[in-house]
Amino acid sequence: MSITLDNIKLSHGAFNLTANLKIESAKKIAIIGPSGGGKSTLLSTISGFKSPDQGKVFINGNDVTLTSPSERPVALLFQDHNLFPHLSVKKNVSLGINTSLNLTETELDIVNKALSRVGLKNYDNKMPFELSGGEQQRVALARCLLRKKPVLCLDEPFAALGPAMKKEMLSLVKEIVESTNATLLMVTHQPEDALHISDETILVSGGIANIPENTSELFSDPPPELIKYLGA
Amino acid sequence: MAYSTQPIKLIHLIFGSSAFALLLLLTLGTVLVLWLNADIKATLSSSDWSIIRFTVSQAIVSATISVLIAIPTARALFFRNFKGRKFILTIMGAPFILPTIVAILGIIAVWGRSGYISEFISNFNINPLNIYGFTGVVLAHVFFNIPLATRFIVQGWAAIPIEHFRLSAQLGINTSGISQHIERPMLKSVIPGIFLIIFLLCISSFAVALALGGGPKATTIELAIYQSLRFDFNFAKAAQLGIIQFSLCAILGIMTVLFSKPVQFSSGLDIKIERWDRTHFRYLLFDIFILTFVCLFLFLPLLSIFIRGIIPIFSLPNTVWIAAFNSILVAIVSSIISIGMAISMSGLIVRVSHKFPITSQTIEIVSFLTLAASPFIIGTGLFILIFPYISPFTIALPITALVNAAMALPFALRMILPAMARAEKNYGKLADSLGMTKFSRFRIAIWPRLRRPVGFSAGLAAALSMGDLGVITLFAPVDVATLPLIMYRLMSSYQISAASGVALLLVSLSILLFWVFDRGGQLEHNIR
Repeated sequence: MSITLDNIKLSHGAFNLTANLKIESAKKIAIIGPSGGGKSTLLSTISGFKSPDQGKVFINGNDVTLTSPSERPVALLFQDHNLFPHLSVKKNVSLGINTSLNLTETELDIVNKALSRVGLKNYDNKMPFELSGGEQQRVALARCLLRKKPVLCLDEPFAALGPAMKKEMLSLVKEIVESTNATLLMVTHQPEDALHISDETILVSGGIANIPENTSELFSDPPPELIKYLGA
Repeated sequence: MAYSTQPIKLIHLIFGSSAFALLLLLTLGTVLVLWLNADIKATLSSSDWSIIRFTVSQAIVSATISVLIAIPTARALFFRNFKGRKFILTIMGAPFILPTIVAILGIIAVWGRSGYISEFISNFNINPLNIYGFTGVVLAHVFFNIPLATRFIVQGWAAIPIEHFRLSAQLGINTSGISQHIERPMLKSVIPGIFLIIFLLCISSFAVALALGGGPKATTIELAIYQSLRFDFNFAKAAQLGIIQFSLCAILGIMTVLFSKPVQFSSGLDIKIERWDRTHFRYLLFDIFILTFVCLFLFLPLLSIFIRGIIPIFSLPNTVWIAAFNSILVAIVSSIISIGMAISMSGLIVRVSHKFPITSQTIEIVSFLTLAASPFIIGTGLFILIFPYISPFTIALPITALVNAAMALPFALRMILPAMARAEKNYGKLADSLGMTKFSRFRIAIWPRLRRPVGFSAGLAAALSMGDLGVITLFAPVDVATLPLIMYRLMSSYQISAASGVALLLVSLSILLFWVFDRGGQLEHNIR
C-alpha cells in the first residue's frame, strides 16, 4: 500500500516536524537521522498515535488522518515492551486475531504456524520473561504476521540485540515483508541496517522528513546533513 | 562498592550504635516492659473481644472503601488532562503533614450533627447525621486514606510502559480488554500492599478513635489502653491490650513487607498518557463525577477549617499560645533527635555495608519495628516503665518529643541513607585523596549532599510531631498541653469556635515549620 504525507506539520513544544512525501507500495524504507530529529514522530503520525496540526495522511489513497490506530492498515513494532508480561507467548500472539482471547482450533493452528515461521515452534506456553530479547521480538513479529496489515512499521525493534542476532532478525523481516508484499518502514541508526534491508531511505533531520531516495545511491553520495550525522 | 573502603572509626561506632540502641530500647524494650507487666494468663472478657472485633472490622471496612474509591479516582487522574490536575496530585501527597485532629474537626464541620450536610437535609425534614461511632471512624479513615491509596495506584499506572497502551490501541483492544490486560494485572500487584498499609494505619490511629469513637460499641484497642492507663490505672490490663495491639500490628507489618512491592515515588507523575479507547462520552461523565465527588469529599472539610477558624484565631486565650510554644518546642526537638539518629545510623550503615542491599534491608527492619511498635505502644511501655520512679506527668513534653522522633525515623532514614551512600561513593575517595579528615571531611564533602534530604525530612518530622495526638494524651497533666491536645479538650467541651481557631493556627504552624526546614535545606547551594 502506498503512503502519502501531504504537507504534514506537527509541533510539540520546541519540536517541529514537516513532511511532504510519498512512499510507493511494497517498498522497503529505512528512516535514518539524528536522535530527536523526528524519526519516531514520523512513524507515530503514520500509525495514528500522533495527529498532525496541519496536512493529511493518505494510505492507499484513503484519507486516514482522523482514523484511530487500530483501524489503520498499519502494524507497529516498538523497541521494547511489545508483549504483555502476564500473558503466555501463545496468548500474546493470539491477541493479533482476537483480543478477547477466545480462539477456535483453526485459529490456534494459525498462531502455532506464525510461531514456527519466526523460529519459535513449541514456545507457545512460555512466559515472556523466560525468553531472550531477540526471542521476545520474534513473538511480537509473529503477532504482526497474523494481523496481515499491509504496512509494517519498526521503531528500532532490534536496537538492543547483538550484531548477529540483529542481522538474522532483519533477514527474517525482509523475507516476511517480501512474501506478503507489505510496505516496510524501519527506523534505524545504522547505515548497514538500511543497506541490508531497504530499497529507499528517508533522511529525517532538523525537523524535516526528506523524500525517500535510493538507499545505496544516498549512502554513496551523501548530502551534507547525512555526512554530519554519519560523522564520516 | 567504593564506600566499602571507608574505615569504621570509633565516632561512627559510638554514634551509630547509640542511635540503634535507643531505637531498640524504644521499640522492643517497651514491648518487653508490656510483656513483663501484662497479665498474660488472664482470659479476655467479652468486652475485650468486642474491642478487638471493632478495631479489626472498622479497619477492614475503611481499607476496602478507601481502595474501592481510589481505583476509579486514580484512573481518572492519570488519564484525564485538565487544569488543576497537578494541584490535586500535589494535595494528595500532602495529608502527611495535616494534623489528624484538624482534619477530624473539618470532617465534623461537614458531616457532624450541626454540619453542612445535616443543615441541608434538615430542610427536607430528615434527621441530622450522627458521626460518632463506627460510621464516623470509618468516614475519617476513608478521608485520610483515599489520597494515599490514589497516589499508590497512580504510581502503578505510571509504571506501565507506554508501549502497552499503544499496543492495545493498535490491536483494537476495547476498554474492558484494557481493564483485563493492563489495569487488572497492575491492580493485582499493587492493591494487596495498599490494603495492608491502610489496614495497619486504621488499627493504630488513636486520635480518630479518641475523637469519634468511644463507648462500648466503638472502642479501639488503643483507646481501651488509654482508658485503662489514665482512668483506671490498671497497668496489667493496659499491658495485656498493648501486647495484643503489638501482635496485630506485627502480623500486619510482616504481611505488608511480604506482599507489597516497592513503589518508586520518583518519576512519572508529569507524563500524560493518551488512551485511545476511553473516548466515549459516558467515560468522560463518569470521570468527571468521581473526581468532583472525591475533591468535594477531601477539600470541603479543609475549606471549613479555614472559614470557621479565620475569625476566632484572633481572639485565642493565652493558654493556647503557651500550648503553641510547647508544640513548636516539641516539634523542633523531635526533629533534631530524629535527624541526629538518622545521620548517625546512616554513617554506620554505609560503612558496614559491603554490599548495597543491606541498606534497604535496614530501612525495612527499622520501618517494621516502628510500625509494629506504634508510637502509642511505645508510649504505653514508657509510661509503665517510669511510673514507679517518677510521675510520668512531669516529663510529658520530653517523652512526646522522643517518641515522635522514633516515629519519623523511618522516613528520615529512607531519604538520608541513600543520599549519604551516594555522597560517599562519589566524593568519599576524592575527600580521602585530598587528605580531608574528621569533621571537615563531613562538612565539606558529605554534608552539602545531605542538606536537601535532611531539610525535607526535618520538616516532615517537625510537622508530624506538631500534629501528633497520641503519646501526649497519655502523659500530659491537665495544666500542660500541646496544640492538638488543647484543640481536643476544646472540642470535647463543645467550644467549637475556639477549637476552629486553634485548628487554623495548628495547621498554619505545621506548614510553616515544614516550609522553613525544607527551605533551609535548599538555601545557598546549587548542586544537582
